Amino acid sequence: MAETKILKPIREAGFAGYGAYIPQYRLPAKEVARVWTDGKGSLPINEKAVAGLDEDVITMSIEAARNALARAALDPTEIRAVWVGSESHPYAVKPTSTVVAEAIGATPHTQAADWEFACKAGTEAIQAAIGFVGSGMANYALAIGMDTAQGRPGDALEYTAGAGGAAFIIGPAEDAVCVIEGSYSYATDTPDFWRRANETYPEHGERFTGEPAYFSHIQTAAEFLMEATETTASDYRFAVFHQPNTKFPVRIAKSLGFEQEQIEAGLLVPDIGNTYAGSAMVGLTSILDVAEPGDRILMVSYGSGAGSDAFSLRATDLLPERREAAPGTLSYVKRRTEIDYATYARFRGKLVLK
Amino acid sequence: MNRLASMETSQHWRLRQQRYALVGEVCPHCTTKIFPPRDICPDCGEDARDLYQFSGRGEVYSHTTVYQAPSGHSSNAPYPVAIVRLEEGPLVTAQLTDIGDQPVEIGTQVEMVTRKLGADGERGMLVYGYKFRPILAER
Amino acid sequence: MMPVGEHWDLSLRHLALDAISAARADSGGLRPQALYVANVLAPALSGQSHLGALLADFTGLRGVEASTIEASGASGGVAVRQAYLALTSGALDVAIVLGVEKITDKASGQVQAALATSTDSEYEAVHGVTPSTQAALLMQRYLYEHGAPKDSMAGFSMTAHQNAVTNPNAMFRKAIRHEQYARAPIISEPLNTFDVAPLGDGAAALVLARAAALPNRHDYPQVVIAGSAVSTSALAVHDRPNPLHLTAASQSAEAAMLQASLSLEDIGLFELHDSFSIFAALSLEAAGFAAPGHGWKLAQNGDISLAGKIPISTFGGSKARGDPGAATGIYQLAEATLQLQGRANENQVPNAAIAMTQCLGGSGATASTHILRRPN
Repeated sequence: MAETKILKPIREAGFAGYGAYIPQYRLPAKEVARVWTDGKGSLPINEKAVAGLDEDVITMSIEAARNALARAALDPTEIRAVWVGSESHPYAVKPTSTVVAEAIGATPHTQAADWEFACKAGTEAIQAAIGFVGSGMANYALAIGMDTAQGRPGDALEYTAGAGGAAFIIGPAEDAVCVIEGSYSYATDTPDFWRRANETYPEHGERFTGEPAYFSHIQTAAEFLMEATETTASDYRFAVFHQPNTKFPVRIAKSLGFEQEQIEAGLLVPDIGNTYAGSAMVGLTSILDVAEPGDRILMVSYGSGAGSDAFSLRATDLLPERREAAPGTLSYVKRRTEIDYATYARFRGKLVLK
Repeated sequence: MNRLASMETSQHWRLRQQRYALVGEVCPHCTTKIFPPRDICPDCGEDARDLYQFSGRGEVYSHTTVYQAPSGHSSNAPYPVAIVRLEEGPLVTAQLTDIGDQPVEIGTQVEMVTRKLGADGERGMLVYGYKFRPILAER
Repeated sequence: MMPVGEHWDLSLRHLALDAISAARADSGGLRPQALYVANVLAPALSGQSHLGALLADFTGLRGVEASTIEASGASGGVAVRQAYLALTSGALDVAIVLGVEKITDKASGQVQAALATSTDSEYEAVHGVTPSTQAALLMQRYLYEHGAPKDSMAGFSMTAHQNAVTNPNAMFRKAIRHEQYARAPIISEPLNTFDVAPLGDGAAALVLARAAALPNRHDYPQVVIAGSAVSTSALAVHDRPNPLHLTAASQSAEAAMLQASLSLEDIGLFELHDSFSIFAALSLEAAGFAAPGHGWKLAQNGDISLAGKIPISTFGGSKARGDPGAATGIYQLAEATLQLQGRANENQVPNAAIAMTQCLGGSGATASTHILRRPN
C-alpha cells in the first residue's frame, strides 16, 4: 500500500549543495518572560534568533543560497528554478525568489516562485524540485525555506518565533552530497494555526496545535515513509523534525522510536527558536555538517493547516569535502549578540511610531 | 516622508546587478577592475564595459557612524558607514552591518552581504544592496 | 553680507534683496546687466527653482540676464568665475553675483537629505551618506594615515571662533577653549560638534565691474580679481585615487596663482572652506601651504591667526561665522575684499595686499579659487 503513495522520481535526485543562514541577534526567552509574566512560568526554549533591521527573508535567503552554491561549486546559470518557501515574504505581491535569483546570478533562464504552506513551505519546494530534476526537466533547482517568524507581543509564540532557514540545491544523484531515497507528503484540512490576509500576527488553537495537528501529521508521514522504504528508526543515524519548541520534536522522536542522540545534531530550536519554514531544513544542514558517507537521515517537516513532508536521505562520499566550502551551521548559531526586549521590539517593528 | 534619497523604481532596477552582487567591470586593455562601473577605465582611459564579478572581500579603508541620519535612513540610525578597499583594488562606500561587539578598525577584513538599504515609505518598494560585515568565522 | 543664522522672519527673496541692496549701495549705485545666483538648496528646501528670474525681479533688476549656478558648496566661487568670464570677454560691464541659502524652513532630516544630494546619489547617498559622513571618513583616514592626534583639528575651530568674536555677521561670537573642543559631543566619529560648521540662512552679494565701468570717485580702494579658476575631481570620495588629496583644490589654486603670476609666499590671507575642520587641513595641504599630513600643525602654532604666516577664516570662517551653503564663496570674497580695503576693523590682517579664497563643493569634487589684489 505505502509504496504506491511514496514519491519517487524517474531519475534519482539529491542535494548538490546546502547552506544555512541564521541572523546574529538573540532574544533570551527569559527576557520575554520578564516583560510579560514577571519571569514566572516555564520557558519553551533558551533563546531565539532575531533578524537585524536590514534583514528579511530576501536577504537571508540570498546568503543561504550563496552558501549552497559555494558547496555545490555550481555555475548559478545552471539553475532552472529558484523557489523560496516562507510565511514572511517581504512583499504580499512580488516574488522573493526573483530578487534571490538575481542576487545569486541565476537570472534570467530560470523559473522563480514563492511557496506558502505555513512551516512546510520550504520542504514543499524541495519536493517540487525533486520532481523538476527527477523528471529530467532540469538539472538543478534551488529550494529555500526561510522565515522571520511573527508572534504577537505577549503571546506564547513570542518566546519561540525565530529567524533563519536553509537553502538546498537539488540536482542529479551522481552530483549529490546526499541522495533522496524517497519522500512522502501528507495533508489534511486541520486549522491549528493561521494568519488572515493583511493581519500582522498569526492566531493559533493553543492545545489543538498538538495532538490532532503536529503529532498526528508527523507521525503518519514518518510511518508511511518508513514503511514504504522498509526502514525503521534504527536504520537512520540522524532524524530531524519540525521544531516549534524543544518539547514537541523530542516527544515525536521518541514516539517514532528514535533515541535522543539521533536528533541531537539537528535540534537547533533551543538556541535559535522556531524558524518556521526554515526549521526542519536548517536542522538538516546542521546534521549534514557532521554526517558521514552512508549515513541515513530522516527529515519530517510540519506545516499548519496542515501537512507533513517526510524525506529519507543518504549521505554520499562527496559530503565531507563539499561541506568545507561554506560556513557550518553552528558557526551561525554561535555568532551571537544578545538583545533586550526593547531592542527586539525596535528590530521587529513593534514600536508604535504613529 | 520617509524616503530614500534616490527612490525611483527604475533607477534602482537599472542598478540591480551591481547593487545585489557587486558586479562591476574589468578593463579589457589594462585589466583594471572597476567598481562602481563607469564604462571608461579610470586608469588607461579606454572603453571598459566587460562585466566583472567582484569577490566581495576587502578591508576597511575608513569608517564612521552616522547618528544624524537624513530622512529615509532615520529608522536604521545609528548606522556604521565605511569606505572599503576591495581586494581587486577599487574603493567603495557602503554601510557595515552585523558588527556585534567587534571593534571596527581601519584594516578590518570584511565581506559583502546583500541587505536591505531602505524602503520607499510604508507602501513603496524595498531597496536591497551591498553592505559589508566582518568576515564570518568559518566552521 | 547678511549675518548668517536663523532668519525666521526673512524668506529666500528677502534675504536676496537685502544683500543685493547693500552691495549696490556699497558699489556707489552701479546697475548690473546680469545677475548670477549661487544656490543649491532652494529646490529641495523652499520648493523653488528658477531663482534667476525670481530674484532679479524681486530685487529691482527686472529684465537683466539672470540664472542660477549650482556646484554644491563651490557654487559661490563658480558663479563669480562665470561673471568674471562674462566681464573679461567684454560681453558685460557690470554684474552682480549673489549667494543665497534659506535653510531653516525645513526639519534637520530633510536638510540632511537635501545636502546628501551633493554626494553621489547612487553610490553614496543611497547608503545613508551625507557630507558629514564623507568628512568623518576623510578625517578618520587622515588621523590614521598621518598618525595625527585625535584633537589635531582643534586649532582650526578655536581660531575660527576667536576671529568671529569681533565679526557682527557671525553666528557664534564666542571663543572656545581646548577643553570645550575635547569634550564636545560626537557627530560622526571622529567628527565632533566643533569640527562641523553650523548651517544657517545667509545671503551675500558682490558687484563686479570692468575697470572702465567703475565710477571715477569711490569711497574705498577697488579690489582687483587677479586670478580665477575652477577645477573638478570625482564626485564620489571613493572614486578618487587618493581621497586625502583634494586634486581639484590643488589644480584650481595653481591655475589661479599662475594667472596672477603669484606664488604662495605672496598670499597674505587664505579664506578656505572650513565647513568641516578636516577640509581646512586638506585645503592648506592641497594649496601647498603644508606638506601632506602637516596641514593640522599650522593650527597648533598660531600660523593661521590674524597676525600669523597664513591667516585663514579671518571673520570666523564657516565654522563660526556660519555655513551659508552655496553662498560660502561670496562671503569669502566679500570678507577678503574688506581685508584688502582695510575695512576689517578688529579682524584686520595687517598689511593685507593679496588674498586667496577657495570654496569646495561636495567634499572637494569642485573647487573654485580666486586671488584678489589691492591696487597699488
